[in-house]
Amino acid sequence: MSTEFMLIDNVPVEIAGEKNILAVIRKAGIELPTFCYYSELSVYGACRMCVVEDKWGDIHASCSTPPKAGMEIRTNTPRLRKYRKMILELFLSNHCRDCTTCEKNGKCKLQELAQRFGIKQVRFNNTSGEPDLDTSSLCIVRDRSKCILCGDCVRMCDEVQKVGAIDFAHRGSKMRVSPAFDEPIAKTNCVGCGQCAAVCPTGAIVVRDDTARLWHDISDRDAKVVVQIAPAVRVGIGKEFGLAEGENVMGRIVAALRRMGFDEVFDTSTGADLTVLEEAGEFLARLHKGEKLPLFTSCCPAWIQYAENNYPELMPNISTCRSPMQMFASVLKEHYRHSNRRVVVVAVMPCTAKKFEAARDEFREDGIPNVDYVITTQELVKMIRESGIVFSEVEPESVDMPFGAVSGAGVIFGVTGGVTEAVIRRLADDKSVSALRALAFTGVRGLKGVKEASIEYAGREVRIAIVSGLRNADNLIRQIKSGEKHYDFLEIMACPGGCIAGAGQPVTNEEGRKRRSAGLYDSDRMSSIKRSEENPVIMALYSGLLKGKVHNLLHVEYRRKA
Amino acid sequence: MKAAIDFGEMDAILTKYGHKANNIIPILQDTQAKYRYLPREAFSYLSEKLGISTAKIYSVATFYENFSLEPKGKYVIKVCDGTACHVRKSIPILERLRKELALSETKVTTDDLLFTVETVSCLGACGLAPVLTVNDKVYPAMTPDKTSELLAKLKEAN
Repeated sequence: MSTEFMLIDNVPVEIAGEKNILAVIRKAGIELPTFCYYSELSVYGACRMCVVEDKWGDIHASCSTPPKAGMEIRTNTPRLRKYRKMILELFLSNHCRDCTTCEKNGKCKLQELAQRFGIKQVRFNNTSGEPDLDTSSLCIVRDRSKCILCGDCVRMCDEVQKVGAIDFAHRGSKMRVSPAFDEPIAKTNCVGCGQCAAVCPTGAIVVRDDTARLWHDISDRDAKVVVQIAPAVRVGIGKEFGLAEGENVMGRIVAALRRMGFDEVFDTSTGADLTVLEEAGEFLARLHKGEKLPLFTSCCPAWIQYAENNYPELMPNISTCRSPMQMFASVLKEHYRHSNRRVVVVAVMPCTAKKFEAARDEFREDGIPNVDYVITTQELVKMIRESGIVFSEVEPESVDMPFGAVSGAGVIFGVTGGVTEAVIRRLADDKSVSALRALAFTGVRGLKGVKEASIEYAGREVRIAIVSGLRNADNLIRQIKSGEKHYDFLEIMACPGGCIAGAGQPVTNEEGRKRRSAGLYDSDRMSSIKRSEENPVIMALYSGLLKGKVHNLLHVEYRRKA
Repeated sequence: MKAAIDFGEMDAILTKYGHKANNIIPILQDTQAKYRYLPREAFSYLSEKLGISTAKIYSVATFYENFSLEPKGKYVIKVCDGTACHVRKSIPILERLRKELALSETKVTTDDLLFTVETVSCLGACGLAPVLTVNDKVYPAMTPDKTSELLAKLKEAN
């Protein structure tokens, strides 16, 4: 079959199975503007920014027009420029334009496109009111006055996460994105994954910012502020400071945090190593007894909430292991129990749902949370900028003792499949280097939403599924319930791709996710400790601090919300 | 007072429409026919049974003017304000109704849940203008005075 071509601005471009002209145009190196188009979501065709003109002068929305051989398309005619400017002016006319104080300032698509298309003046009266905030959630903040009704959040919440906490309500000029009955978002089934904020082109949904309170504690001399950094953060932050996407910049983060005034800096991968040992032990115990299988992982707080809301009957199947962040936090609080200063535990996370997890009653002692602050990678970027540190010139440093060692297994927790691979490393009888390398090819790696793997353990087959994206998880749970599928172990992460693409990370695309994933696997390859049980810090913990306290400090029984 | 819903009745409606999410509009219509509005409990029940989110059902219910989230009166009076009725003086009829029942554009139902007064854009009975309907009964060629008489009769019947 001969190749099919179409003409874009007089240049022939090959059609290679693209579903819409927009994809072909972008492939041709033209950055057509869009608000409502994401390749992983359904096509909505609402914003009309991507309009193109055909050879007869007809106008089409390129996102919702399939390419055909011989098509002749123009992307930049006077008419199209006029239309785009008009659309932008209309958006701006009912948009709260307090850009300088907006959370999204400098990252807003509307701001960017208004600038790109040279909008110097809006001909229409501004009909937007004051900011209209919903601050009920611990994870995200909504501001209706900044919403352009592109529906990206609605489709993300429903199509990818199957949560459906928000949708369009009312119609015409009264239309708005809202939970049922205009309830505050915290009163809905929202799981706090924050993916709505990750796709929102404006400041209508943003990650909650907790940095102001944290700065206060950092400068308090009576407080000892210790911080742990999650695996995914180190590969998600560099690009914000002009370094390569996916580059592991852990050393720089550590150095920057010290300069900002944090007293001790640790790596959440240490917590992940604890999780591997506890979870592997729990899995083996269940496998021997043949009960409460399949075992679901418990690292992802958005998944925990999703299960509590939709499948309470599955709660006994979810691992009792606390997440790495919570395990490490209880270890830290225990370690500094006799400190003469108030100990403040901070966690830098790629995740918005962790803010909710940290506030859960199960993770409080005498009312005080084990993790005092969760700040996202995005918030850390802001803190570094605010402190004036030139990140790209910081000399890398290592984390503090006595928790200074981590294994490669703990580091790969940040990507989908990482938890599973780490647990398999623990379970595998064959500890040789070649066996370890072979694990990478069992199907556990890659950014696919659903992966299956199977390993041999003690003469039997252990069936494993690795899922990211809550709709994928839901589909699989239904198949398990109907008896169509059988597994022994399921790793579930709410965000597609795992924590590297968490909503707390700087927003990225598919290419970025691949690089971040590669960054973590590179770090694992360069790590001399590959298995969690080989980490001397962990061994010291079990024979010291954790003695007799494993259950209290590392496990949890989730009490269903009323 | 909002009565709790009868799940048996809801199940009957769901069965009638094959428990299909894409039948959400007729399901909501039948629900409204039962309760004269869409009770809040119905949203969570339908969400669970149909596998669509309450936000999505709320989206549908608020899109269509015909659905009401507030309990409606026993008598729903719809005053036609289409072009034909409007030029033949439907507004004085509406004003009389609102005055006698102490209602307004925003408060459409009497506290005793006896009357709801709404306007519609056209009932398709322009030859009989001005028209109003009480539940589904059509009253043609109305005047403010005839409307007062009608109200008195309805009140008497209760």
